[in-house]
Amino acid sequence: MASPSRSRFGKLFDEIGTVDQVGIDERVAKFTTRSIKKGSKLWGLKTAVTMVDLTTLEGKDTPGKVASLCQKARRPSSDPDVPPVAAVCIYSFLVKYARQWLADTPIKVASVATAFPSGQAPLETRLEEVRMAVGDGADEIDMVINRGLFLAGEFQAVQDEIAAVVEACGDAALKVILEVSELETFDNIRAASFLAMQVIREGDFIKTSTGKASGSATLANNQVMLEAIRDFYLATGKAIGMKPAGGIKNSKMALHFLVAVKETLGDAWLNNSRYRFGASSLLNDLVRAIDKEKSGAYQAPYYYTEAAESY
Amino acid sequence: MPSRLPVTKTPKVYVGGQFIRSESGRVFPVREGGNKNGSGALLGNIPQCTRKDLRNAVEAAAKAGADWAKRTPYNRGQIIYRLGEMLEARSGEMADAIVLSGAGTKAAATKEVAASVDRLIYYAGWADKYEQVLGNTNPVAGPFFNFTVAEPMGIVGIIADDEAPLLGLISQIAPVIVSGNSCVALASEQYPYPAIVLGEMLATSDLPGGVVNLLTGFRKEMLPTFATHTHIRGISAVVNNSEKKELQLGAADSIKRVRAKVSGGDVDWMADRAQGAYEIRDFIEFKTTWHPIGA
Repeated sequence: MASPSRSRFGKLFDEIGTVDQVGIDERVAKFTTRSIKKGSKLWGLKTAVTMVDLTTLEGKDTPGKVASLCQKARRPSSDPDVPPVAAVCIYSFLVKYARQWLADTPIKVASVATAFPSGQAPLETRLEEVRMAVGDGADEIDMVINRGLFLAGEFQAVQDEIAAVVEACGDAALKVILEVSELETFDNIRAASFLAMQVIREGDFIKTSTGKASGSATLANNQVMLEAIRDFYLATGKAIGMKPAGGIKNSKMALHFLVAVKETLGDAWLNNSRYRFGASSLLNDLVRAIDKEKSGAYQAPYYYTEAAESY
Repeated sequence: MPSRLPVTKTPKVYVGGQFIRSESGRVFPVREGGNKNGSGALLGNIPQCTRKDLRNAVEAAAKAGADWAKRTPYNRGQIIYRLGEMLEARSGEMADAIVLSGAGTKAAATKEVAASVDRLIYYAGWADKYEQVLGNTNPVAGPFFNFTVAEPMGIVGIIADDEAPLLGLISQIAPVIVSGNSCVALASEQYPYPAIVLGEMLATSDLPGGVVNLLTGFRKEMLPTFATHTHIRGISAVVNNSEKKELQLGAADSIKRVRAKVSGGDVDWMADRAQGAYEIRDFIEFKTTWHPIGA
């Protein structure tokens, strides 16, 4: 009766455990009730800024747009108290331009590669894209896993592909995108997290989504992956980073995610070498919230670049 | 026949097209005969809105404002006229609300509601006319068409008078929205109940949700945020002298226009001079364009 893929999932779940969905939903609902004000709020907002992977992944991206994105990454606000972001995240063919604009800064250049966002290209093509991005100067590579293989239960093949990309990365850090909205269940998210963590290196990341599918980085998805990271760390001692991406639009949500990190993984993960936000519009709202916190006055969105033409 | 259980209304404020409670969960009681006397029967628990409610209302106003400003003046006029129709049809209920809250006698309340309907109709008429009156083509010494057009400012904050809690509020709202602004209005602290009922009429008037947002609560808690919120472009207020000063100081920082009348009965809302194109002009921006003509 049991299909081969069903039994493979069963075997994997026996090994790594499953997720209590009701428990997760209850747990994350609590994260949104923490009262974070004044000094701790300001600290949280600034910490979130340092964790942003400032992203542009559009068909209309140009070297010019990347140049202004890099400028914004270095100085997100006219207020010098606002720190630079962690990285800029762009398409692979733009890496060489970003490298040039960020030459004298600690800001990383992250490139999506491996036929982002679908991942549906021959393995050799995907690996070649990774090698070229690294050759152009990318510090970090964001890859997508093959969801079709995963859902079919071909775990070994999924891991082989990730391992091949790890090898192609060389010194560059790797972020493995699980595309959680296509994995259907929390159990599958946990399973995919473990499969990825077993073949990547310490200092690499697992990442929720491409940002191109709906229903991406929710607190619950984030929590499932954080707990997978925790369990994996306790079992192996290998610390893996986490990057939620897609749908984190405002500073309030960002603070909720930080609460989740603090209460699940602790202070060791509250820095940008282990936690990132993949976002394009979040940074504006963080800066807006910092300005509000400092001045006491609510700020209009059109003072910030993204909403320049808004009402 | 068994006697029915009383079904009473939960007063809620109308923000972003929805009836909400304050995010704080706080309420304050209003009593028959007004809060000042405070001895009458409990009329209801009114939401005691906070500066966060104000912030949320501003977001709602911003969302609705762009579409409202793009509507044709004719359409805006129709919708404000429709609001007048809604108020007319429920004028008895509104007059009762004014009497219950203690803001006036039955005769005075009936007169106030009638005047409020008339005021809405008056401004509905201005919708497609104020631009012709306030805009201009300007004579210039050069080969240019030079013309000045009137454009809405954006989000306008309104702080309503305690006198005439309905007519005052409507006399402040109508000239603001007729030109395509959206507004966030703080109802009379003393007599908030008519504004709660007005919200129910706004909801049935074709006015897009978020164009008019009504808050109730304490002026002292929200006035500083009205003054300093940079997304609020203008303030129409009926306040005392020290409140006016606070508004002006905050407005200077956030560069917003303040039109403050001093409360205490020197505004006669019933009078003809309480309405006019100049009330509309208070909350529009003028844009002058130089357009070259044949060389």
